[in-house]
Amino acid sequence: MSLLKVNNLGVQFTTNDGIVSAVNGVSFDLEKGQTLGIVGESGSGKSQTVLAMMGLLARNGKTSGEAVYNGKNLLTMSPSELNRIRGDRVSMIFQDPMTSLNPYLTVERQMTEVLELHKGMTRREAKKRAIELLEAVRIPEAARRVDMYPHEFSGGMRQRVMIAMALLCEPEVLIADEPTTALDVTVQAQILTLLKDLQRDFGTSIIMITHDLGVVAGLCEKVMVMYGGRVMEYGTADEIFYQPSHPYTIGLLGALPRLDHDGSELVSIPGNPPNMARMPKGCPFSERCAHASDRCVNELPPLAASALNPHILRACHKPAAELVNEAREVAHV
Amino acid sequence: MSEQNKKPILSVRNVKVHFQVKGDGAWPWSGKRTLKAVDGVSFDLYEGETLGVVGESGCGKSTLSRAILNLIPATAGEIVWMGKDLTKGSAKDWHAVRKDIQMIFQDPLASLNPRMTIAQIIGEPLRVHRPELPEEEVMKRVRGMMTKVGLREQMINRYPHEFSGGQCQRIGIARALILEPKLIICDEPVSALDVSIQAQIINLLKELQREMGLSLIFIAHDLAVVKHISDRILVMYLGREMELAEKYALYDVPSHPYTRALLSAIPIPDPKLERNKTIQILQGDLPSPINPPSGCVFRTRCPKAEQRCSQELPKLRPVSDKTQTSCLLA
Repeated sequence: MSLLKVNNLGVQFTTNDGIVSAVNGVSFDLEKGQTLGIVGESGSGKSQTVLAMMGLLARNGKTSGEAVYNGKNLLTMSPSELNRIRGDRVSMIFQDPMTSLNPYLTVERQMTEVLELHKGMTRREAKKRAIELLEAVRIPEAARRVDMYPHEFSGGMRQRVMIAMALLCEPEVLIADEPTTALDVTVQAQILTLLKDLQRDFGTSIIMITHDLGVVAGLCEKVMVMYGGRVMEYGTADEIFYQPSHPYTIGLLGALPRLDHDGSELVSIPGNPPNMARMPKGCPFSERCAHASDRCVNELPPLAASALNPHILRACHKPAAELVNEAREVAHV
Repeated sequence: MSEQNKKPILSVRNVKVHFQVKGDGAWPWSGKRTLKAVDGVSFDLYEGETLGVVGESGCGKSTLSRAILNLIPATAGEIVWMGKDLTKGSAKDWHAVRKDIQMIFQDPLASLNPRMTIAQIIGEPLRVHRPELPEEEVMKRVRGMMTKVGLREQMINRYPHEFSGGQCQRIGIARALILEPKLIICDEPVSALDVSIQAQIINLLKELQREMGLSLIFIAHDLAVVKHISDRILVMYLGREMELAEKYALYDVPSHPYTRALLSAIPIPDPKLERNKTIQILQGDLPSPINPPSGCVFRTRCPKAEQRCSQELPKLRPVSDKTQTSCLLA
């Protein structure tokens, strides 16, 4: 049974340049305790996908398709219905912990508010629970620090406060939008280990949005690669990293400088990310793809099972079998 | 790269950059305190070499790079460029040196003046340092440099906001290279860019380095990127040097506990390796550079720290012909 079922999700923005489709036809299932990684570069639509599910799109945004959680479509809910789910059953961690915490309120007030609202706790009970959670994310002297303001915490600590806050109501789904991008590597390692431990202890499902393939490799079971608002490839982490079958995934892996393998020239992907207002008619990656044919430029490839491995979904006109050699080179198997 | 038979083009000797700041929660009338952003860093840079400087935020790597160019004056120490100590130099001396040492900044868009066209931006160093050049010659060189860094000549009259991040970084590179400098200091030149664009810029830098015989100081927090581009690597922590080693020595046999922690913290894009890896988690947070720990600055978070680490001030010393470390226990 899947916990969250996203079906053909789309996001459109009305702008001065006309209608811009930021996300098109995204579908996935999230099961209990599973971690899904959504990888993509800036403008790939990865953040908009989850913001749409949480009802947090900018005012000029419209959604299509459905995101079914517990038999109900999140996309058509009223804000008051959504408020009962957001922060309680489905919660989110944002990229920048400084701007997503309220600088005027103590950490205690920001955390107890959630519990008073969703769980009907008293302030005193809520504070006790808040301190427990801060301890769970390993904030030293939690009982003292809970009365501090966000600016009194370091970047890594603030991100831990965000995580504690997101876990207050023991949500079933935790959406993490680039939670470690603003942090140093050693702090990132602390946060990722923490997420893994918490998932083990609470059984939370996680949707991890990131541009860092390394982060995905360590944390995620399923991986979805996005480009230009569309899903390029979808499979398990092992499949995506060891048998990539989409030219974009192969390109991403080849462009990555690696610690574990040596110094061959990086294979860069030529060109620039597409302009969302002027998307190509066919495959969004066709302009930068070395394998692009006329068909790729004119006809959108559907997301379909790979001929080599039916578990992998890929959106590419070129048969996966013809990319095997290239894939082997970047996968370092 | 053999270093024995080469003379360094740049020698940095015991450079310190201290700032006077207000203390934590201080009264307006209480005295100022000293923030030691860079506290005694020394290294040599050879011709055609790339020195990578890594460390986390607040380790002083950017301040160090700015001190080399006197954008932030060094409080103490020597910066010897081609045998001449610049710290004793006048403004005029510095002006002359900047023809040879140029810089590329982290934020590609913020480092370009939004009111200038690409032609003006890339040509400005020539107008400042080579005023004798006629306008046609300047434009000819600008066009040549644009082609070299992969920008189309038709873009010459556009403004920075019309370009993507990767293209803006190419403009920044063109501006740095137009004077044909000997050394380029790259301060996190690719950290604001997407992976696919990052690879383009790294490859471009490597290619230009080969072609023009440049030396590079490459500052970054991403050890994988630094490994790819550097010959030698300097690891910094809290304004001090932890380790200075040849690239392979650093990655294969890191001598300093901090280097080991840094290396183990980097996620590797290989699910099997990554799942089974033991990460050496550093406890606690970075100490304040206003009140750094005594002795070795890393000792408060070091898994191996002993009594003497808090008493002796470690200095960079060679432990092999490829590695210098500041760990007392190595």
